[in-house]
Amino acid sequence: MTDFAISQSMPARQSSPVLRALRRNRFAWLGIGLLALIVLVAIFAPIIAPYDPLKQNILHRLSPPSADFWFGTDSYGRDVLSRLLYGARISLAIGFLSVLIAMVVGSALGILAGYIGGVFDQIVMGIVDVMLSFPTLLLGLMVAAMLGASFENLIIAIAITETAPFARVARAPTIAMKRRDFVEAGRSLGYTPLHIMRVHILPNILSDIVVVASLWMASAIRTEASLAFIGLGVLPPTATWGGMIREGFDNILSAWWLVVFPSLAILLAVLALNILGDALRDAIDPKTRSQG
Amino acid sequence: MIGYVIRRLLLAIPTLLAMLTMVFILVRLVPGDAAVAMLGDRASAQTLQNLRAQLGLDQPIPVQYVRFVTDMLSGDFGRSMTSGRTVMEEVALVLPYTLELALAAMLIGTLLGIPLGVVAAVRRNRWPDYVSRILSLVGLSFPGFVSGILMLLAFAVWLQWLPVMSRASADPLSHLRSLALPALNLGLIMTAYIARVTRSSMLDVMGEDYIRTARAKGVKPRKLIMRHALGNALIPIVTVVGLYFGTLIGNSVLTEIVFTRPGLGKLILGALQSRDYTLLQGLMVVFATFVILVNTATDLIYALVDPRVSYAQ
Repeated sequence: MTDFAISQSMPARQSSPVLRALRRNRFAWLGIGLLALIVLVAIFAPIIAPYDPLKQNILHRLSPPSADFWFGTDSYGRDVLSRLLYGARISLAIGFLSVLIAMVVGSALGILAGYIGGVFDQIVMGIVDVMLSFPTLLLGLMVAAMLGASFENLIIAIAITETAPFARVARAPTIAMKRRDFVEAGRSLGYTPLHIMRVHILPNILSDIVVVASLWMASAIRTEASLAFIGLGVLPPTATWGGMIREGFDNILSAWWLVVFPSLAILLAVLALNILGDALRDAIDPKTRSQG
Repeated sequence: MIGYVIRRLLLAIPTLLAMLTMVFILVRLVPGDAAVAMLGDRASAQTLQNLRAQLGLDQPIPVQYVRFVTDMLSGDFGRSMTSGRTVMEEVALVLPYTLELALAAMLIGTLLGIPLGVVAAVRRNRWPDYVSRILSLVGLSFPGFVSGILMLLAFAVWLQWLPVMSRASADPLSHLRSLALPALNLGLIMTAYIARVTRSSMLDVMGEDYIRTARAKGVKPRKLIMRHALGNALIPIVTVVGLYFGTLIGNSVLTEIVFTRPGLGKLILGALQSRDYTLLQGLMVVFATFVILVNTATDLIYALVDPRVSYAQ
C-alpha cells in the first residue's frame, strides 16, 4: 500500500515525452547524425584511413589535395586525411572522459550540497563560484601547464574546468525535489539519505544533467583543441586536430589545406554536440517542448 | 539598497581568498617543484637551492601560503623570472591592446547581436529565427583560433584586403586596419552569444501579461517591441554578457595569438614557453580578480536597474 502511494506521487519518468519531442525535432537528428558519423570515423579510423597517420614521406611533403591525398600532405609528407581520422579519436576520447569525470564529481557535489544544505552547501557553492570565476581556457591552460601536457593530464585539466557547472545544475532541482511528497515519504519510511539521493532524486534530475553534459562536451572538445593549438596538447607526433592546426599555421601562406581541414573537423564536432544539446534542452524544457 | 551593495561587496572577499587558495594549490601541482620545472633536471643542486630560496619554496607550506596571500592582497603579484619586471608592469604594458580589442569586439557584438536576437524572437519559428539561430549556434561552436585562422586566410591571404599581422602603428588608419580582423573575429563570436541571450530573454518578456495588456491597449508593434519588451529584456542581457566576460578573455587570448597581436595572450604564451611560473601565477590571479570584479559589478548594476533583486536578498 505504501509503495503504491509513493509510486503515485512520483513524477512520471520524463523520458517518453522527451523522446517524442526529440523525434519531431529535425535539428536533433542533424546533431545525432553528425555525431554518429564522427564516432564511427573515430572507431574505424584504422580501417578507413588510406595511410599510416605517422608515416613520413619527404618526397610528397606539402602536396596539395589530389586524387592520391584527398586532403593533401603536411610538411613531413604525412597524409592529412589519415591524421584527421585518427585525430577524431583523441578529441572524442578527451572530450568524453573529461566530461564524464566532471559530470560524476560535479553532480555528486551538487546533489549533496542541495540535499544536506546549511554550511556544507555554502562551502561547496562558494568553491563552485570561485571555479566559475576562472575563464575556462585559462584554468585549463594553467592546470595543463602545471601538470605537464599528456593525454591523462589534459583529461584532468579539462574535467577540473567543467566540474563547477554540473554542481550548479544538479543543486537547484535537488532542492526543489527535496520538498516533494515522494521524498518526504521516502524519508518517513526510513530510507537512508544516500538511498533517497540515488533512487529518488538522481533519476529525476538526470535529464537536466545530460543536457548540460552534451553542451559541455562541445566545450571540452573546443578547450582541448585550443590547448593543443597553444602547444599544450597531446605530444607530437600523435595526430590531434588542434595540434595539426598549430603545425600547419607556420605554412598558412602556402598550404591552406593544413589548417582548413582540421578547422572544419573541430567545427563539425563542436557544432554536432551543440545542436544536440540545444535540441535536448528544448525537448526537456516544457516551455519550448511544443515547438520543434 | 546601500545595505545590499555593502553585502555584495563583502561577499567578494571570501571569493577572492578562495581564488588565491586555489591558485596556490594549482602552482604546487607541478611535479617535483617549480624550481625543477623552471631550470630542468640537469640544473646543479646549488642553482636549484638558490632559486627555491628566491621563490620561498624552502619554507614550510603554511608559511608559503600566508606569504603568498598577504603579498597578493597587498597588490604584489610577483615578478617575471625572465624579464625581471613585476607582473603588474607586464600586464600594464599589454593591457591597452587587449582592452582595445575587447571593447571593439563588445561593440560589434552588441550592435549585431541585439538586433539579430530581437528579430529572431519577434519572428519566432519563421525563417529569420532559423537563420539567426543557426548563425549563432555556428558562432558559438567556433573556437576563437579556428574562426580567426579562417578569417585570416579569407581576408588577408586570399582577398588581401587587410594585413596578416596586426602591429601597433602610429598612423590611425593603418592602426584601425590592423585592428579590424581580430576585432571582427572576436566580435562575431560575441554576436553569437549576445543574439542567443537576447532571443531567449525577449521571448520570456514577450510572454508576460503586461505585453499582452499593452498590445490590447493598441500600442504600436514597433513601440511595443522596442520600449516595452526590449527595455525589460535588456536587464538579463546585461547580466549574461557580464558573465561571458571570462569567455571573451579566453577567446581574445587565442585571437591575439592567431593575429600575432601584442596583448595578454602573447604574454601568457611567452610565460608558458619560458616556464615562467611566477608570471603565470600572477597572471592567473590578475585575470581571476578581474572576472570576480566584473561579476560583482554586474550584480550591482543588476540591482540598480531592477530593485526587486536587492529587496529579495
